[in-house]
Amino acid sequence: MHRDEIPPGTLYLLILKTLARSGEMHGYEIANSIQRISQDVLQVEEGSLYPALQRMLIKGWVTAEWGTTAENRRARYYRLTAAGRKQLEVEVRQFERVIGAITRVIAAV
Amino acid sequence: MEWLGEWTRRLGMLLHRRQFDADLEEEMRMHLELRQQEQIESGIPADEARAAARRRFGNTMHLKEESHIAWGWEWIESLAQDVGYGLRSLRKSPGFACTIILTLALGIGATTAIFSVVDATLLRPLPFPEPERLVIIQDDLPGVGARDVGMSEPEWQDLQRSGIFEYVSPTWFDENNLTGSSEPARVRVLIVAPTYFALLGVKPQLGRTFNPEDHSPGLIPEVVISDGLWKRLFGADAHILEKSVRMDTDLYRVVGVMPPGFDAPGRIVEERNIEVWPATSFYGLPMPDHPTRGRRNLPTAIARLKTGLTVAQAQSRLDALVASLQKEFPGDYPPQSAWTLRSVPLQERVVGNVREPLILLLSVVTLVLLIGCVNAANLLLARASARGREMAVRQALGAARKRLIAQLLTESLLLSLAGGITGLLILFFAKDLLLPLLPENLPRLTDISISWSVVLFAAMASVFTGVIFGLVPALHTGRVDLTNALKQGARGSTGSGDQARTRRMLVVTEFALSLVLMVAAGLLLRSFWDLLRVPLGFHPENVMAVRTRLPDPNDPKADLYGTAEKEAPFLRELLRRARTLPGVEEAAIGDTAAIPLDQSLQDLKRISEGQYLVTFEGRDALGDQPSVVERSCVTAEYFHLMGIPLLRGRLFEDADNNKFPQVAVINEAFARTYWPNRDALGKRFRRNREGSPWITVIGVTANARTTSLERAGVPQAYLDIYQTNEKRLAIFLRGHLDTALIPDEVRKQVQSVDATLPLSGAQTLTETVSASLAERRFSMEVVGLFALTALLLAGMGIYGVVSYTVSARTHEIGIRIALGARRQNIVSTVLKQGLQLAVVGAGVGFAGALVVSRLMAGLLYGVKPTDPLTFAGVTVLFIGVALLACYIPARRATQIDPIVALRHE
Repeated sequence: MHRDEIPPGTLYLLILKTLARSGEMHGYEIANSIQRISQDVLQVEEGSLYPALQRMLIKGWVTAEWGTTAENRRARYYRLTAAGRKQLEVEVRQFERVIGAITRVIAAV
Repeated sequence: MEWLGEWTRRLGMLLHRRQFDADLEEEMRMHLELRQQEQIESGIPADEARAAARRRFGNTMHLKEESHIAWGWEWIESLAQDVGYGLRSLRKSPGFACTIILTLALGIGATTAIFSVVDATLLRPLPFPEPERLVIIQDDLPGVGARDVGMSEPEWQDLQRSGIFEYVSPTWFDENNLTGSSEPARVRVLIVAPTYFALLGVKPQLGRTFNPEDHSPGLIPEVVISDGLWKRLFGADAHILEKSVRMDTDLYRVVGVMPPGFDAPGRIVEERNIEVWPATSFYGLPMPDHPTRGRRNLPTAIARLKTGLTVAQAQSRLDALVASLQKEFPGDYPPQSAWTLRSVPLQERVVGNVREPLILLLSVVTLVLLIGCVNAANLLLARASARGREMAVRQALGAARKRLIAQLLTESLLLSLAGGITGLLILFFAKDLLLPLLPENLPRLTDISISWSVVLFAAMASVFTGVIFGLVPALHTGRVDLTNALKQGARGSTGSGDQARTRRMLVVTEFALSLVLMVAAGLLLRSFWDLLRVPLGFHPENVMAVRTRLPDPNDPKADLYGTAEKEAPFLRELLRRARTLPGVEEAAIGDTAAIPLDQSLQDLKRISEGQYLVTFEGRDALGDQPSVVERSCVTAEYFHLMGIPLLRGRLFEDADNNKFPQVAVINEAFARTYWPNRDALGKRFRRNREGSPWITVIGVTANARTTSLERAGVPQAYLDIYQTNEKRLAIFLRGHLDTALIPDEVRKQVQSVDATLPLSGAQTLTETVSASLAERRFSMEVVGLFALTALLLAGMGIYGVVSYTVSARTHEIGIRIALGARRQNIVSTVLKQGLQLAVVGAGVGFAGALVVSRLMAGLLYGVKPTDPLTFAGVTVLFIGVALLACYIPARRATQIDPIVALRHE
């Protein structure tokens, strides 16, 4: 099956939204979740999640804490902060504006 | 505040780097394992599953790096790497590192030392609140060529009412005899208005200062004393405020003690080390009662501008004030004298006359530092060419050019910081040895310290030098031609042609800079030399002067020496006794202004009495020619004792006493200036002050440079000391004197006539003459020392380059010798190469020196800034040094054994 690269600049949006929906997740879960919910269309180069998560940690959008998975493995769980929630709104608005504009351009006869 | 949280997090990561790396590692590993497991569960063989998981994940190494970089600390890590590597590689060549560090330590240390002086004197504001509002007010009469003529009491009142100033206080320097302690002491006194301390804004450490509202006539019977006097004469007595002191027989209550380190703002050292401050409103005994405007008996005034006024604004308002006063009192301010009031920033007054020499010293020492940098760059470049292979290998292995440059700059910065720290340490430990070398007259000497701004300066100088000398070799490395460098490596690298060119350019720069310095030093040396050989017009050898001072009490009735008539018997007795002292062949008495070339005494006289302006009989009182003269009061014996010959007329005689008209002996310059083409004998002049008597010229002497060594032909009048009431006296003795004993002998004789008189300032005239050159000698010696250092460095530089080329060309020279080249030819080839550098360097330096020497014209005496002898001499010296420096490697070249040389590879 063909998978599409995610549009540049939307990785933050995807991670933020994923975390907002499900509370806390570790990296592997985030990658899987994005893929599943997009019905396998969106493919994240899984490793690139990690530098992005680092940048989000610096910005203070997410926090990270070590915990244990259901299978009793040590995993690092990420959770959205208040600043992260606010950023999600910003990113969504921005994305909708861009997509709206692109759609209008395409729809124009 | 967002950035704050962000930086806290970044910092947290920096501090827990290891934990961070471990976390990331574990996180990624878990991810990979989970994915692999998932693949295995869907039925893919284990090793294939692993590869698939890796493929989906991406380049772990790269991702880790990217995560790392996100935190923005990679520069610290590479810096730490560079520092570590740099330290290791420097430790491997300690000789090289030490040479550079020491060169820079000396350069940075010396620059910082001079900067600490500049910082304390020129840069730091005066230690008073809002010092920019403090000014000195000076009266000038440019129409008659007179500056700084002093102020009259009504003018002071005008200034206080003018609305320009918050306070104005005249200051009147004086010396007094303080009695009451074990030994009569001469103390330095500054008579001020009661507003003085409020004006400066300083508080005493004990007691109080004067009440600024006190307007009572005469001297207020209170004094404020300095911390130094309190400790010296009163043993820091805690009950000092209950005590009184007697000055010139008048009693004053001590009301306050100023804190240690409080220096009165003054231009010369005596004026700064004030010990006692009495206060007065400058009218009422012993001063005239509200004198006329023409009576300028207040030497100068200090003032504090009203808040918000700039000096320029104040000046324009002063000009307006002057204009309105001139209209109101046309008789006192005739238009031809062009009376003006000038407000000079206090800082300018205190440090103005040391600015030029200090800036010269700072520029000179900066040049030396630059030369040191060039030397260091040269050494680094030589080392870089030896390391060419290492760099080429690193570059070939993929090191970015930026990283290599950063690496080399880090190394040079390490060296320069080590040099800076060493320099600062040397300075710190040597400061007690260096401070006494400074001329005593330098203002704000006590403020000189290794302050934070000095440390900051040293740090900046270190970084600056590090970048300068590191940049050249670093940029070179970036340009290495890899293929060649790697090939060359096999055969003992000689460095690229590019590098050799740069090294030659560096040597040329070095030579040019040192030539500029040598020319500056040469010009100063010649000025000094000329001054030493200037014909003095008097004989200072075997003459000694000792000073004393007669009291000057406020109540004229209490004054034992109040008139010339009362003073004369004391003078005659003193002279008689002085002649009986052991070894004395001749003796004379004069006032302190008669001591030749004592700049501080002459300045003092000017400060305490103003300029001596004269008018001439039969001429307009404020005629259009300059009429400022020097004057001193002496006995007739003075002329023979000093060796100043009488040319015409006669000297003073016993008959010239206070009952007869006042007489004067003048020097030739006086006669020529004011009675050109006419006989001066019998002509009369008088001091330009109300009530001054006419003085008849009875004799003309030859000119003597008693005022200043630099100026010839200063008009000088000698008055008969028996006809004047001069109280600051000097006893002159000529003969084979025991300089150690004479001061005490004189003291005994003086005090056996009057036990209350203090003695001070015993000095031989040879010492006085030499002391008058102290500041010049200081600049000359410092500049000379630096110039020699520069020459040495330049010599080392050229030696380094030439001997390096010789060793690099060993092979070639060997072949030449084997083919029969004569040793002479080899020597001349090598010499020619060095000489070329020296000549180009000297040429560039020559041009630079022409510019610099013009800037320092004000510091020269007797030589033109373009003095051909200095320029030629220095150039020849340079070529000589260059030849010498090249000769050593040249000789080595001739001794090359062809067989060894050819096997060299």
